[in-house]
Amino acid sequence: MSRRVVITGLGVISAIGDNVRENFSSLKAKRTGIEHINILQTIHKGILPAGEVKHSDEELLQLAGVSENTGYTRLALLGMIAAREAFISSGAKKGERKRTGLVTATTVGGMGGTEKYYLDYIEPGKTGDFVKYINSYDCGDSAEKIADSLGIKDFITSINTACSSSANALMLGARLIKHGRLDRVVAGGVDALTKFTINGFNSLMILDKENCKPFDKNRTGLNLGEGAGYVVLESLEDAQKEGKTIYCELTGYANTCDAYHQTASSPEGAGAYLSMSKALVMSGLKVEDIDYINVHGTATQINDLSEGNAMTKLFGGNVPKFSSTKAYTGHTLGASGGIEAVFSALSIQNNIIFPNLNFKEKMDEFNLVPVTELEENVRVRNVLSNSFGFGGNNSSLIFSAL
Amino acid sequence: MDELIAKLKTQIIEQLNLEGVAPDDISADDPLFGEGLGLDSIDALELIVLLEKNYGIRIENPADGKKIFATIRSIAEYITANKKA
Amino acid sequence: MKAYIRGTGNISPQRTFSNDDFLGNVVSYETNMLFCIDPVYKDFINPLQLRRMSRTLRMGVTAAKICLLDSGIEMPDAVITGTGFGCTEDTEKFLLSILNNNEQHITPTAFIQSTHNTISGQVAIMLKCREYNSTYVNRGFSFESALLDSLMLIEEKNAENVLVGGFEENSVNLQTTFGKVGIWKKEQISSLKLLENKTPGTISGEGSAFFMLTGKKDEHNYALLNDLSMLYKPKTDAEVESHLNDFLRKNHINPSEIDLVIYGLSGDEGTDGIYHTIRDSLFKNSASAYFKHLCGEYYTASAFALWMAANIIKKKVVPQSVVLDAKPASEIKNILVFNHNRDINYSFMLVSQC
Repeated sequence: MSRRVVITGLGVISAIGDNVRENFSSLKAKRTGIEHINILQTIHKGILPAGEVKHSDEELLQLAGVSENTGYTRLALLGMIAAREAFISSGAKKGERKRTGLVTATTVGGMGGTEKYYLDYIEPGKTGDFVKYINSYDCGDSAEKIADSLGIKDFITSINTACSSSANALMLGARLIKHGRLDRVVAGGVDALTKFTINGFNSLMILDKENCKPFDKNRTGLNLGEGAGYVVLESLEDAQKEGKTIYCELTGYANTCDAYHQTASSPEGAGAYLSMSKALVMSGLKVEDIDYINVHGTATQINDLSEGNAMTKLFGGNVPKFSSTKAYTGHTLGASGGIEAVFSALSIQNNIIFPNLNFKEKMDEFNLVPVTELEENVRVRNVLSNSFGFGGNNSSLIFSAL
Repeated sequence: MDELIAKLKTQIIEQLNLEGVAPDDISADDPLFGEGLGLDSIDALELIVLLEKNYGIRIENPADGKKIFATIRSIAEYITANKKA
Repeated sequence: MKAYIRGTGNISPQRTFSNDDFLGNVVSYETNMLFCIDPVYKDFINPLQLRRMSRTLRMGVTAAKICLLDSGIEMPDAVITGTGFGCTEDTEKFLLSILNNNEQHITPTAFIQSTHNTISGQVAIMLKCREYNSTYVNRGFSFESALLDSLMLIEEKNAENVLVGGFEENSVNLQTTFGKVGIWKKEQISSLKLLENKTPGTISGEGSAFFMLTGKKDEHNYALLNDLSMLYKPKTDAEVESHLNDFLRKNHINPSEIDLVIYGLSGDEGTDGIYHTIRDSLFKNSASAYFKHLCGEYYTASAFALWMAANIIKKKVVPQSVVLDAKPASEIKNILVFNHNRDINYSFMLVSQC
């Protein structure tokens, strides 16, 4: 089980672009994708800011190459688009004899369709065109649609651990390769904006009515986002043998649990500290080897305090450069780990650190100031990426240059 | 005030699904959170909605809830002071 | 990759929550919908927490607690669950509150508890377990994925004891909804007579079954989970048979050494054929049993089957209520659980004596 796992393909669609190139361009240009809700039909439209993908469902159907809508939700389409980009960019060829799996993640599943037609679903005897969406009800639908569109059959599963879901997907993907069960895994996650999540988070009173300010003293909550982020994982041996482009290696990972509260992290960030330190131990790196942390940084009162405390405890007075990219994309929930893995890989590949937008004043509790301007030509060899979810699941990934 | 307190007890028992708790079991001055009834932060959010739905009072900052929801009496006093005519 | 089953906890439409009566007096359902028989939840969960818990949470947390008690392990090294639909009642409640109130005056509790990983999370909070925690949500692979993850953790030596469960919650709204895509039987049947009506469709069920998997040999262990395998959307019966043969070969076991096969027959004439085909082809000499007449069909029904297999090995008895084909009495050393959900998610589990 000593196979090393590397990333050979990247795919992403988010509020800041339809693909890797566009996302990268927006990140460099400090161009946020968060604005007032425009596409989702909700009473919060025009009032709450969110990071919507800038396409209607019909446009996404076209982007995904679906000719007939036999029940494709917005979520499934986002997933298909990003997963396909990752798969193609990894040099995947039709008919290859490689044991290939899909490990995807989502928190919302088919809710985008369900919430539109639910009253029709539950009315006995009622039928109509809406019936075609019923099979998209649960989380497994998008996994099947993505797998089928890429011809993946050897292994398929979906994870839902709230906001850490797709980080856990990458972890499982890597482990499946290390165990010799698969040769290649498309791993990541997808989530679409829905009335369910907007109203759910609003009822928790953790949404910012303005653009969010991660790690800022005056932060007042998060902005939701949507999108999908996938990577292709393969063994280093296979990737080198086939002359593939290798973005980076997944050198460390850990999944721990805060075990504190269903929706709040512990103030001292015990779970976060554990996941970061365990990932570090696995990678064999020392704290000073980490060049950049892509923090979970949702900009809620609780998360940033908790995460900041954990970072301070782990890195002492030498917390590495860090930023939250959620002020660009919004908090994409189940997709965040996957999208931020793509950003971390870009960071390593291009020796670049993306800024933490909207930051003005540091928090009182510790001495942490994120990177606020784009930093180019900086040596980025090791990136730590955090994803912390409701229910207390804390996941950390470490990506390293080869 | 007494009438409001009695009404609140019933509403809170219902909203928070406090099975097996009767209005007489809750004193107007006992702490609701931590000890006493042992409510938590999720209950606080539920109470914010209760205030808005039943009394038209909107609490913008959940952190204010701690003081307002300290006891049944403090809730009743807040409602009396802020209820729209 | 193998692990022992050290403890179990099962809340189902049969009286399974106490580990005494092993499917002796089974219950019949007449409405094509099966619901769990509840233990006294107050005995397991304190009233302050119980008050806001939906049925899924009650069932899930309690089954986990029963399993912990049964296994004698107080603190597992990981908590992993699998579910297709997640927390049905809370999801429906929250969704209807949005739709019926035009997104106004929305309360958070149902939202918080509707997340699929709420049981894994809640169990971890109760135990203060800071270890690995995950939830799988891929239809008929949900429980199997959770099991696979558990076996991998044990093999990696990242965990010695893993608390793993599969759960699902039934509801009238789910029944109505999925009735529109033709999954259920059109005629009302008696659940215990599931296989007698040779008609399309099946009956819906629910359950919450937890297991303590361990890498450590111990006389208290129920059985050994040797391995498991999943097969996605096979195109032909031959593909199923070939996959199964590979699975058995990989585990160095011949079909003739399988003493008992537990089939996921669902009473759906359209999709049950494969079970008969495989039985005729490979397992003519094995005893056979079935289970969906006791728990109904749901994405994580294989968890009920695994519970059954573990108990058959431990108690050395195949309950009459599940027998399909009895064979001359002999020790049940090896059991194969063969199940599929809607002809899409096929799974195979090999369970043996320790």
